[in-house]
Amino acid sequence: MPKIKLPHRSPHIDMTPMVDTFCVVLTFLLLTSTMRQPEPANVDTPFSISEIKTPDFNAMTFLLAPDGKIFMNFDNGPDTILKYRPKILTEMGKRYGIEFTEAELRNFEMQKSSMGVPMNKMKEWLDTDDNNLRKSLQTGIPMDSTDNQLASWILYARQVNPNIQACIKGDTKTQFLVVEKLLDILQEKNVNRFSLVTSLEPTKINLEEIQQ
Amino acid sequence: MAEVIVEEKGKGGKKRAKKVVPRLDMTPMVDLMCLLITFFMLVGALSKSKVMDIILPEKIKDPTKQEAPRISASRTLNILLGPDNKIYTYPGAVKPEEYSAVPPVLPPLAETDFSAEGIRKVLLERNRTLAKRIAEFNQQVLSGKIAISQDSARNYVSRMKTDDDTGPIVLIKAYKNANYGNFVDILDEMNICGIARYTFVKIAWYEEKMVEAAAGISSTATASAK
Repeated sequence: MPKIKLPHRSPHIDMTPMVDTFCVVLTFLLLTSTMRQPEPANVDTPFSISEIKTPDFNAMTFLLAPDGKIFMNFDNGPDTILKYRPKILTEMGKRYGIEFTEAELRNFEMQKSSMGVPMNKMKEWLDTDDNNLRKSLQTGIPMDSTDNQLASWILYARQVNPNIQACIKGDTKTQFLVVEKLLDILQEKNVNRFSLVTSLEPTKINLEEIQQ
Repeated sequence: MAEVIVEEKGKGGKKRAKKVVPRLDMTPMVDLMCLLITFFMLVGALSKSKVMDIILPEKIKDPTKQEAPRISASRTLNILLGPDNKIYTYPGAVKPEEYSAVPPVLPPLAETDFSAEGIRKVLLERNRTLAKRIAEFNQQVLSGKIAISQDSARNYVSRMKTDDDTGPIVLIKAYKNANYGNFVDILDEMNICGIARYTFVKIAWYEEKMVEAAAGISSTATASAK
């Protein structure tokens, strides 16, 4: 009896459909995810059960570093022609007698991460390309009673964008004194509603726990 | 497709040089994509942060024109956030003649912590009726007994909170050594326990004294720290 001959095939799996699937997943992830911006200070946000998403637009975020420095960030508005960021900087420049060039305003507009540069160093910060220098200039926004630049930033941010919402992103270990100072300044400017940025950690309490 | 399966032709006969199969090896590409996908998934998942809203009472800028709101002392629960993740609570209020007496007569503080057995128990104890109603309502929504959209369920709960007049009025105060994490934790605890009325107020000097006494910090040390 002749042997049944199986067609001789190489032991090779066709990877093409897998590549196709991966391509689709990758494209999806690329399009949906928002990249994290490198922040001037590492901040571990505390956990809460809140499920409200962080607003993408109309938000000014205060970054409270564990060492007590305050950094600030605000968005450019839901539409690119609104150009909130350069407008706010221009107002700040007028207040402190600094005139910014077109290129500097553009540079400021393109910044995505938080900034904590005193106004007298702002020009230097915007002009330089040296990353180390940029980093060393980020000393936190001054907020002493004599030179309260943080209050000015809040004032002009709210003037330029009346719908702006205050978000506070603090590190778990930030001293409460810093938080209190920030809340004080904000309330001085009649901001009474805050959003505290947290990470989600679901906790449920059940009926039995209450009834016991 | 990149791979073409070539059928074998004929039997035996001459051994011909095999045709080169026009095949691309996709495995490295798959590896690479796997890596990229893993990377993006991790980065994407981490960036989604949530926010917790808090509304503070308006600052009283001119005490002669505005008056601080009056609340009943019997329903008040004071929570003092102390150093080292400790919480101190005391019910009611301290009367002016008590804290201005020499030496001040101050109520004792009960010490607790952020665990489920600590502050949550204290809060649930005082907020039993409301917490029970909210939990029952959520249970019914979850089990599908009440068909309701998420938004209206949230509205219903917030209405239950507004109508409630049995739960405590919680005043949160933070000692200067407390940290931001404590502050968020205690607000989170308010949400978990369904406390209807809570607010954050500035700590009074006599309350600072009470925390110092309870935590064993000498006031001279803190005075020099100022």
